[in-house]
Amino acid sequence: MDTQATQLRPRRADGLGAASPFNAALPFLALLVVGIAFPLFGGGYWGVIATRACVYWVLVSGLNLVVGFAGQIAIGWVALLTLGAYTTSVLVAGNVTPALPPYLALAIAAVVGAVFGLIVGLPALRLRTFYFAITTLGFATIVTQVALAWQSVTGGGVGVAGPVFPEPFSSQWGFYYFCFGLAAICTWMTMNIAASRFGRALTAIRDAEVAAEASGISKSTLLGTVFLFSGAVAAVSGGLFASLQSYITPDAFTLDLSILFFIAILIGGRGSILGPLLGTILLTVLPEFAAPLVAWSTFLYAVLLLVIVLAIPGGIAEILDFKNRRPLESDRAIVPQPDLLGPLLGAAPNAGALTLEQVALSFGGVQAIDGLDLEIRPGQVHGLIGPNGSGKTTTLNVISGYYAPKRGTIRLNGAAMPALHRRAYMRIARTFQTPRIVGSASVLENVMIGGTIDGKGTFVESLLSLPRHRRDEAMLRDTAVLALAAVGLEQLAAVRADRLQHSELRFTEIARALMLRPAFLLLDEPAAGLSAEEIGRLGALILAIARAGTGVLVVEHHPDLIFDICHHVTVLNLGKILAAGTPAEIRAHREVVNAYLGA
Amino acid sequence: MVESIVSTGLAIGCIYALIAITYNVMFSASRVFSFTAGTLGMLGGVLGSLFIARMGLPVAVGFLLALAGGAVIGIVTEIVAVRPVLKSLDQHLYVLSTLALALMIQQFTAIEWSTEPQPFPRLFDIARGGFDQQFWLPMLACAAVIVGLELLYRRTLIGHAFLAIAEDNFAARALGLPERGLRMASFALAGVIGALAGFAGGEMLLAFFANAPMLTFYGFVPVALGGMGNNRGAVVAGLLLGLFQQAANFLVGGIFASVAVFTVFIIVLLARPEGLAGASLPRRV
Repeated sequence: MDTQATQLRPRRADGLGAASPFNAALPFLALLVVGIAFPLFGGGYWGVIATRACVYWVLVSGLNLVVGFAGQIAIGWVALLTLGAYTTSVLVAGNVTPALPPYLALAIAAVVGAVFGLIVGLPALRLRTFYFAITTLGFATIVTQVALAWQSVTGGGVGVAGPVFPEPFSSQWGFYYFCFGLAAICTWMTMNIAASRFGRALTAIRDAEVAAEASGISKSTLLGTVFLFSGAVAAVSGGLFASLQSYITPDAFTLDLSILFFIAILIGGRGSILGPLLGTILLTVLPEFAAPLVAWSTFLYAVLLLVIVLAIPGGIAEILDFKNRRPLESDRAIVPQPDLLGPLLGAAPNAGALTLEQVALSFGGVQAIDGLDLEIRPGQVHGLIGPNGSGKTTTLNVISGYYAPKRGTIRLNGAAMPALHRRAYMRIARTFQTPRIVGSASVLENVMIGGTIDGKGTFVESLLSLPRHRRDEAMLRDTAVLALAAVGLEQLAAVRADRLQHSELRFTEIARALMLRPAFLLLDEPAAGLSAEEIGRLGALILAIARAGTGVLVVEHHPDLIFDICHHVTVLNLGKILAAGTPAEIRAHREVVNAYLGA
Repeated sequence: MVESIVSTGLAIGCIYALIAITYNVMFSASRVFSFTAGTLGMLGGVLGSLFIARMGLPVAVGFLLALAGGAVIGIVTEIVAVRPVLKSLDQHLYVLSTLALALMIQQFTAIEWSTEPQPFPRLFDIARGGFDQQFWLPMLACAAVIVGLELLYRRTLIGHAFLAIAEDNFAARALGLPERGLRMASFALAGVIGALAGFAGGEMLLAFFANAPMLTFYGFVPVALGGMGNNRGAVVAGLLLGLFQQAANFLVGGIFASVAVFTVFIIVLLARPEGLAGASLPRRV
């Protein structure tokens, strides 16, 4: 497939995939140089501030994946800082065990932090946003109270001495470089994740959860992994924090600190690494410039948060995003290249038919679908039409595994499909009635989300940018460029998806679905909102997809499109089949004409 | 001891229930949970102490002014933190905007009032008995609010309008109900209820800025367990929470009582995310 892909190079795709990597890395390199050279200009006190910024960033970098990328409102992350600080300090002080060396204590703290990160985070899988925010808040309060009460270990209100790291990190600048090094490593690791299929999957969970599910992304596994990572770095940050403070009491871990971490990310902008990094530096340094305002710092953070939320939800990252402020060509056309589908979809998948037998589902008292029989064959286009509320989308949702049918079975090649399994692994892809797109990601990244399950590397490999991660990324990028070219959007690859027109979003969704090399493709009103010309091209594209061997199920309201491209049409009314047959038969069916098509 | 657990537990439980009702009244009008619910409770105590103890106003005047202060903060919440983000409810920006406003109020109080708990005046000049006013005042307030809300919702036209908005916002607007005005009125009402909670519980909780996050958390527990928007569930869950917390307090000590409440809260929520009385989840696609 790769060789074919290079032969059929899509038009104008080169140089448009993304901004050059050097430009993107430039601000980070600048910060790296400033950070390394910092002791040359900074005085003693500024050294403490700089160290503090590094310590905070170690935590914020991990939290950024939770808040900025996955969109989980974890307010009380200071709990993990507290945990890490106490674990490290107590182990080094030898209050419970024989005194341990600081590095070992820090490593143990990381493990403890990872476990608690998972515990604090897990409710996010079941609970709604506000509920989760409240539970993290509760956790933050509890940890401080336990630290206060557990006197024999934590020293209670009196506190405990922080760890001192041995030479060469014991001096002020030595410790600064230690923290700076860890901060740099965290930056690098989270950048790797951001640019990986895991980072894209996180943003998909945040902005387009059903689309993430349709692409086979497991929310629980992915969020669990991110909580482990985020908890570990937060605890390491706690260990460093304790050492920087040199003595810790529960008072040091106020909710204000938690708010600082959280707001740094939102000021920076969700889904960015640079933005939150600058946000962290800004919030750490800001109070130093306004000494009389120190008491008001949390108040000011809160004002900043309100302003950001109401005025610039994109944060610093959006302000710095010059690339996406260039105007787009106004009269751009979507010109699919169906000849690219061959190399994209590969050999015709040999899947047999997808059949629904007597499937029924009701919502409360409403019978959404009632005893539905349907057969979708590979290589054919099957149309599903009917008035609003006749159960068309519900049928797609049942096939997609979003709802378990009350009765009946769905078979793939004769074998019954489990009720609620992720369909992506069975190569069943779909699009949505309202496009489900990650608006802040580029079009290319959106399409790459569709291929998430084809990556081979693990989260850790991506974290460290190991060869398998880089191979995955290259493979996904090439396939996505090809898919975009096939649907006719390659010139928009690098554009933020929320700048696209509605019709372009529809084709983007098709490209994303094609990333799965689907045996079956479910399209939910793909022509809605398209111009007549675009509908014609869409029809040709759908036919070409079917010719490549994919079975296509189209839910549509445009009778012309349906009758032009479908091999078989099923008409639904009130959840039941009103008629089924070839387009010619349906067009002549008297009841259908009366009930739906009109004369 | 049992007597003390019960009276303290029920009194605290009534305060939690009132904060839960504050959450619910705001939620019904806007589909938004606001972090300012606990802040309103805190303000009830602080304003009461400010007007009566510090400024020496008569109890009745101080009481009315404290409630008025709550109403103002409720309206401010609606204008500043809720209305601008209602258009994009699915992005959950309201979590952040109301959090920001709650923090601003809390920090302002900490700096301008005091960072230490301040005493709250005794409202009625009667000797401390076994069943003191600090216990029965929150219970009385809670009962008054329940009866008042019930009368409002069942007997008055504006109450019916509130219910219509809560039931189906779009349909209510299509009927020509002044949705924005009703929402502001709801937030004002929520402000009054929140302030009443803090005022009635002032002697127990004192006038202390840090009551805000505490009440925000413990006031939300009954909302989550009782089912959102369900006031009766909230009252039952609030009373149970108060009793459970006080019992744990006496049996295992204050710190572990908080841990116990938190653990129970998480476990129940994980087992039944929609609450003990709750409804099912909405359609997804």
